[in-house]
Amino acid sequence: MKIVIAGCGKAGTSVLSSLVREGHEVVALDLSDSVIREMVNIYDVIGMTGNCTDCDVLTEAGIADTFLFIAATGSDEINMLACFLAKRMGAGHTVARVRDPEYTDQSIGFMKQQLDISVIINPEFLVAQELFNILQLPGAVNVETFSKRNFEMVELILRDNSVLDGISLQEMRKKYPASYLVCAVQRGNEVSIPGGSFRLQSGDRIGLTASPVEIERLLKMLGTMQAKAHSVMILGASRTAFYLAKNLLASGNAVTVIETDPERCHEFAEALPDAVIIRGDGASEELLNEEGIAGMDAFVTLTGKDEENVLISYFAQGRGVGKVITKINRDEFVTMAEKMGLDSIVSPKKTVSDVVTRYARALENTRGSSKMETLYKFMDGKAEAAEFKIRADFPYLNVPLKDLKLRDNALIGGIVRKRKVMIPTGSDAIQEEDRVIVVTAAGKVSDLADLIR
Amino acid sequence: MNRRIVLYWVGRIVLLEAALLLMPLCVALVFREWNTALAFLLSALSSAVTGLILFFGSRPRTRQMFAREGFAIVSLAWVITALLGALPFVITRQIPHFIDAFFETVSGFTTTGASIVPDLSVLDHGILFWRSFTHWIGGMGILVFMMAFLPSRSDRPIHIARAEIPGPTMGKVMPRMQDTAKILYLIYIGMTLLEFILLMCGNLIPGGGMGPFDSIIHTFGTAGTGGFGVRATSLAEYSPYCQWVIAIFMLLFGVNFNLYFFLLVKRMGAALKSSELWLYLCTAFAATGIIAFNVRHLFGSVEETLRQSAFQVSSILTTTGFATTDFNGWPALSKSILLILMMMGSCAGSTAGGLKMSRVLILFKTIRNEIRHLLHPRSVTVSRVDGKKLDKETERGTLSYFAIYMLCFAVCFLLISVDGKSMETNISAVAACYNNIGPGFGEVGPASSYAHFSDFSKVVLSFAMLLGRLEIWPLLLSLAPSNWKK
Repeated sequence: MKIVIAGCGKAGTSVLSSLVREGHEVVALDLSDSVIREMVNIYDVIGMTGNCTDCDVLTEAGIADTFLFIAATGSDEINMLACFLAKRMGAGHTVARVRDPEYTDQSIGFMKQQLDISVIINPEFLVAQELFNILQLPGAVNVETFSKRNFEMVELILRDNSVLDGISLQEMRKKYPASYLVCAVQRGNEVSIPGGSFRLQSGDRIGLTASPVEIERLLKMLGTMQAKAHSVMILGASRTAFYLAKNLLASGNAVTVIETDPERCHEFAEALPDAVIIRGDGASEELLNEEGIAGMDAFVTLTGKDEENVLISYFAQGRGVGKVITKINRDEFVTMAEKMGLDSIVSPKKTVSDVVTRYARALENTRGSSKMETLYKFMDGKAEAAEFKIRADFPYLNVPLKDLKLRDNALIGGIVRKRKVMIPTGSDAIQEEDRVIVVTAAGKVSDLADLIR
Repeated sequence: MNRRIVLYWVGRIVLLEAALLLMPLCVALVFREWNTALAFLLSALSSAVTGLILFFGSRPRTRQMFAREGFAIVSLAWVITALLGALPFVITRQIPHFIDAFFETVSGFTTTGASIVPDLSVLDHGILFWRSFTHWIGGMGILVFMMAFLPSRSDRPIHIARAEIPGPTMGKVMPRMQDTAKILYLIYIGMTLLEFILLMCGNLIPGGGMGPFDSIIHTFGTAGTGGFGVRATSLAEYSPYCQWVIAIFMLLFGVNFNLYFFLLVKRMGAALKSSELWLYLCTAFAATGIIAFNVRHLFGSVEETLRQSAFQVSSILTTTGFATTDFNGWPALSKSILLILMMMGSCAGSTAGGLKMSRVLILFKTIRNEIRHLLHPRSVTVSRVDGKKLDKETERGTLSYFAIYMLCFAVCFLLISVDGKSMETNISAVAACYNNIGPGFGEVGPASSYAHFSDFSKVVLSFAMLLGRLEIWPLLLSLAPSNWKK
């Protein structure tokens, strides 16, 4: 599938690398010569230097037979204009990154419709949601939601002397009966889909699927349940911080935001009257202590500098804050931060690339018997969890699951039927209109039927 | 350096060569040359065994590949394929001496066409076919061939392609390297078939054509811009029709293949805008005109004068090395023009050797800028090629390529001077090998061979051919020990 990506910044590059890995034909467009040279050196793409709102440049990039156009330059307006032009010049679908909080949902909806843009992505907003989800369930290191939050996949890390150390999944199900499924385990660099006899170890990172209620029950039984965070300290008045603070305040939490830039502080104070806005250097121990970091339920670092985020998170963790979440942009820092014991890490560019990848796969599979609605990559991108909506022509309707043979390293993690969540057993069958959540650890999936042998 | 991935790729190439060796095996069977067929079978088997050992022995832990791995893969692959490709010559005893056989194979793969066989009648059909088939494979590049037709999950195939496809910059026509390689090869195969058919059509004209076997051999020689033929007199004994067809096709194979793709997708404008193409064509016509005027007294008719000069210019400019006459006997002006054409070469992204027209173009533009800069020391200048800004990296790369090109030329020239031959012979022998042409002047003229050089000189010249084909850097960098450190 031919894809043109305009703007090769952090998000653009991350989308590009993900789409190249999926085997698409990608043309990269950027204003800077050196950026394009770098792209062409690293990835198997054609690079072009030029302005993405220039019709001549778009023509040369072959926009007429492009299936998907993605605008991820630094400017919202340029992105929208580029998408508009691309669509007019024959691109099949367009994706624009628009992230200014000034644009309300209504205005974005209006522009999307008027400019005929297929998807508008606001990475900061998505990241804020992800952060919010994690703060709702601090016992987990990561929470991904499916099917309008009826179903979740959470990642847990088994600490030293965890109660699960050394027990097999079968024993776990007997000892801690609840409706859940362990669907992926990461041990070192290896990610696998475990069978019933698989024995867990301390240090494993496990992925669980269940409904939110069941997950809470399980965590309580395991003794790792932490209450929802009620007081949250946010470092850095970034766009993400704005959305997160807004979400948290709306659900009645206490929010403190620390920021050095007086102007940003002022804007925040104006837009978020209920939050406590502190102007000061977040790296200063004095200031953090003064603002009562030790008493906080959660601490989220959202400054623009990865190094600062990592170090201050590390400090906060040492001060005994219940939940520390770190925003990291560069992939290299993620492994390092994990080694330092920081486990809840979010990355905005990963969120964008997940959304675009999901969209590209769904486009590839428009005639398939199931429609991909959600896609998350987790465990260093080695595993994927995808949600499919089943169409009427799905070939295995009403066949009991025990008669379906799935590809290796794949698992049906849950079925949502009319808002009712079930962890499937062998006698359950997939029905029309079901939403099926699948976890895989190898290869890409764009249609559920492809998974069945 | 990820040595395992290098060995893994080289293993794949050697396995591919084993498969390619089955082609001449079939030819030998068709002509009932049982001993030669056996030799090819043995060579294919030894290639297969070597390939399997490398392939399964390497087992790369990661697929990570950077520029240095790309250089190492390309240069190692070329040396090893040449070593293994020499086996059939030695086993059949048709070229008994291994260094001679190696020279001949390198000359084949690098599309040089310099031969150490003075009398081609000692070679039978299978061997002749293999010799020319190496031209065809080497022309577009064996690694590019593999990339096009054997899919592999490589992270950065660009590093390999860039080291093998000649030219100052690597122009992709499709986003994915594999698609680009496939398109280039399909165009290549299509043009090869067309030439073969046209040569066979010559048989319809009385006294015109050449046999199917000769047609295949000469088509391979033209397509790869190689120059191995079937007769000692090269193409002199064939009809004017065949000579014209080959002259035109040589010129066509010297054009950047990306331009053919633009023609195929009906982007005439993009193809005609190429200033490299115009420089190439103008050079060809101007050289033909001057030489034709210079040698007019040597030939009977105007057509013959034009044909002889056009054929020789086309052959030398595209670094093919076929000949329809012994141009060694031509006046000094014509020979000097030919020597300069040898250095210039054809377009980037074609199967030809030499400096490449696009580099010549960039060098001229740089000189012009320099003059302007000397006259107006504060002036800010930007060079343009095809209406686009020429970036500093490419300009710098071209200048340093020219410097290393001249340096290597000088070193090779010095080394083969040890043999004590004439200056004309030495210079033209190095120029002809280094730029992948084949025949030179003096004792290496089109009517003679390289057999009289010492073993040492033959090795030096083989190395020069590889340097020229791989555009120097990959081979030189792979020789540096620091490049192989873990």
